[in-house]
Amino acid sequence: MALNWTRYASPASFHPLAGKLIPWFGWGAAVLAAIGLWLGFAVAPTDFQQGEVYRIIFIHVPSAWMSMFLYVVMAFWGALLLAFNTRLSGMMAQAIAPTGALMTFLALWTGALWGRPTWGTYWAWDARMTSELILLFLYLGIIALRQAIGEARRADRACAVLSLVGVVNIPIIYYSVQWWNTLHQGASVKPTGSSMEATMLWGMLVMSFAFWFYAIAVVLSRVRSIMLERERSAAWVAALPEVGSAR
Amino acid sequence: MNHWHFILGAYGVTVLLLIVEVVALRARRRNAVAAAQASIENLPTP
Repeated sequence: MALNWTRYASPASFHPLAGKLIPWFGWGAAVLAAIGLWLGFAVAPTDFQQGEVYRIIFIHVPSAWMSMFLYVVMAFWGALLLAFNTRLSGMMAQAIAPTGALMTFLALWTGALWGRPTWGTYWAWDARMTSELILLFLYLGIIALRQAIGEARRADRACAVLSLVGVVNIPIIYYSVQWWNTLHQGASVKPTGSSMEATMLWGMLVMSFAFWFYAIAVVLSRVRSIMLERERSAAWVAALPEVGSAR
Repeated sequence: MNHWHFILGAYGVTVLLLIVEVVALRARRRNAVAAAQASIENLPTP
């Protein structure tokens, strides 16, 4: 039986689905993080060059990957909004931006704390770090633009355009270490293989899935609140058990 | 070359901010439900 995806473009249908998915992704993130941290701190060996400080990799790389991935997903919802003008698209894009900004900040913060003992500096204006900082400003700009426009549907369209323009920064971040001579190292994990020790790689991959699950859980949770905020007078909201009980 | 204070700073701030995000989301949800309840209470009863 074919699944009718368009049914879930309606907030009334998506709200209960998101409510069912949140605990699975939330607890999934907690279990994966526990396994990932066990692999990262108890199983993975000490690096012969960097010592223990390389263990920041288990949060730095997942947060950096998520910062880029969430931006692409946000731009994708923006494109859907401009193409089909569905209400859910704008709400999803709005829900992703704060978590994307948080992941970008964490990538920069953990990178700075890794850079100081290994490179001798918290920050350098090299291509990878600068383009990641621009990504943070893009997220903050999109959040600020939404706040500046009072009407939600107009704000959705303006933010969709800005996010689509900004998506050009994602390949710049990814390929910056190849296109320019940067202080930041090149990719250790490629489609062709990895130069990392196996337990280090597994710890990093499991933590990446933990961050992925966490991001899905918090974005779904935020979009449920956005739906109630925007459609508080709709009949489907009044029919919700947690809302209708007040009547 | 252990630098555990850098590791603690990275993991500590990460965990703290993730907890802050979850707590803020729960507060936002409570406010959204309360606003929706207030909104339907003001609707005319059939």
